[in-house]
Amino acid sequence: MDEFLQHVLNAIILGGTYALLGIGLTLIFGIMRVVNFTHGELYAFGAYCMYALVMLLGVNFFLALPLAMVLGTALGAIIELLLLNRLRGADIDTTMLVMIGAWIVMQNSEQLIWSGVALSINSPFPADPLVIGPLSVSWTRVYVFVIAFLLICAAYYLINRTTLGKAMRATFQDRDTAALMGVRIDHIYTATFALGSGLAAAAGALLGPVFVVNPTMGDLAASKAFAIVILGGLGNIKGATLGGFILAFVEEIGAGYVSSGYRDAMGFLLIILILLVRPTGLFAQKERVG
Amino acid sequence: MSRYLGWLFVAVLASVPLWLTDFYLLHILITTGIFVIAAMSLNLLLGYTGQLSLGHVAFFGIGAYTSALVSLGFDVHVLPEVTVGLAPKPAWFGVLCAIATSALTGYAIGKLSFRLRGAYFVIVSIGFAEVMRLVAVNWVELTQGPMALNNIPALTIGPAAFEISFLRKPAFYLLVLAVGVICYIVIARLVNSRAGRAMIALRENEVLARSLGIDVTRYLVLATMVSAGIAGLAGALYAHYIRIVDPDIFLFIYTVTMVIMVITGGKGTLAGPVVGGMTFGAVPEVLRAMEIQPEAQWIIYGVLMILIVYFLPRGIVPAVQAYFSGAKHEPANTAASAAPKVLQK
Repeated sequence: MDEFLQHVLNAIILGGTYALLGIGLTLIFGIMRVVNFTHGELYAFGAYCMYALVMLLGVNFFLALPLAMVLGTALGAIIELLLLNRLRGADIDTTMLVMIGAWIVMQNSEQLIWSGVALSINSPFPADPLVIGPLSVSWTRVYVFVIAFLLICAAYYLINRTTLGKAMRATFQDRDTAALMGVRIDHIYTATFALGSGLAAAAGALLGPVFVVNPTMGDLAASKAFAIVILGGLGNIKGATLGGFILAFVEEIGAGYVSSGYRDAMGFLLIILILLVRPTGLFAQKERVG
Repeated sequence: MSRYLGWLFVAVLASVPLWLTDFYLLHILITTGIFVIAAMSLNLLLGYTGQLSLGHVAFFGIGAYTSALVSLGFDVHVLPEVTVGLAPKPAWFGVLCAIATSALTGYAIGKLSFRLRGAYFVIVSIGFAEVMRLVAVNWVELTQGPMALNNIPALTIGPAAFEISFLRKPAFYLLVLAVGVICYIVIARLVNSRAGRAMIALRENEVLARSLGIDVTRYLVLATMVSAGIAGLAGALYAHYIRIVDPDIFLFIYTVTMVIMVITGGKGTLAGPVVGGMTFGAVPEVLRAMEIQPEAQWIIYGVLMILIVYFLPRGIVPAVQAYFSGAKHEPANTAASAAPKVLQK
């Protein structure tokens, strides 16, 4: 029983960052109809920013996180303006191919700059874990969860309570009508992509100190983000949040009780099962698109 | 006219072992040929039915593993006491098993996943390949996991006394060429048939095709089966040529390579994957000759891919065809103009 509770606790902590990744990706898909293959690379970019800032430049650990986020947001905006801006109205396959190209370029640039060696980031937290009864969890992970939770709340606030968020939701519902109402669609697209990228970079910056930083870390993150987004229904923010926690839970239980070797396959097995039963994802209200 | 040019092109390729003595170049031609066959099979799905399958390498890998395992033999515990085993079989039998297994997998995947379209289909297909890779890594008893399957026997055909061996590079090169020509003809016959027209109709407008009474799922499953079978055949050839198979054969980057080949050559044209495959089979070697680091090679790959989507969205073959039909020139003696005219967007 204690073991089970420990798995649940681990799942909740991991689920926070998964949700962060999923929200960014689902936002970009929902509003822009772009399957963003660079999402994982922005996650890796966030982690590398954290490494460069903390380990090389000696910036304060807690200050480095917002800086990494800002850099990730800026990189997202650059990708959008450089690559996607001229593909407005192109079909989904075309943008997907461009994003795959961008993914290859980004991942190999990381490999070229940092080489394939895994890097670790020192965290200022004590090495002794936080112990609650039979359960234990490292302080770094507690910090990661709290920050991820705050960022998810901030993303919800931005989307549901601000003018920018309202414009985003309007664009999501009906692009043409939103444009007629004076929403500058181009700006909304750039803002959406930048926001999603910023969230991915934040997730990378948070998990960098927990795991190690290497050039292919983005691939695993991207495949998980895809699984989460499909789980929740493409474009569904609440679905992505819940999907993140569900995926973390399934992985923890699967790795703990079935086979740890198949941990990273759990997500895909889960989505293949779910899509057979409910092709629109678990929480979808809208008809599937594509 | 174009048909004769096509056969002339094949004849030129067939003469290569007579005058090319550099085995390294021959090796490049063989691996390029195997990837061209895989790209042709992907084109059937991507170009003719319009389904962007990004898990195509799964069929390639399943073919490679099946053929390797059948020709090596295996013993696997299904339950703690029950084992299933297979004594080593001849390599050609392994290749036939590879085609059958891949085609059956294609049938199952087609039945299951063509309820999905667009982005959902793409992500599920990626997920399928990734699951296959993890199975190959973790099912050590069957696949040797990351230790890889070694010493895969070379292909031989015929009874012991008159055995033809494909161990040497020139013989294997001709085998790949022959298989490539056969696959090309099979695909050409398929897409120019009633079934092929149905596939193109559903690519262009699925709702309209359905309303005309075309059984969309049936043709999609047919296309997936044929495509998967050919990809499995390519994988089996690869296994018996390289003679070592490890789980990295399922990496996403190989699917990406096939997609680049199809898109560059021109999706939905028969000659497209051949032209694109040969181009991208040559590019890495040219870059390597220029002593560029592998990472930088991949960056150039990625940039090329983006540029092609921007500037040559329909691929080389349609662009060349448009140029010649516009300029009213005699078709030049190139592989591109040897393409039979097919229905295009």
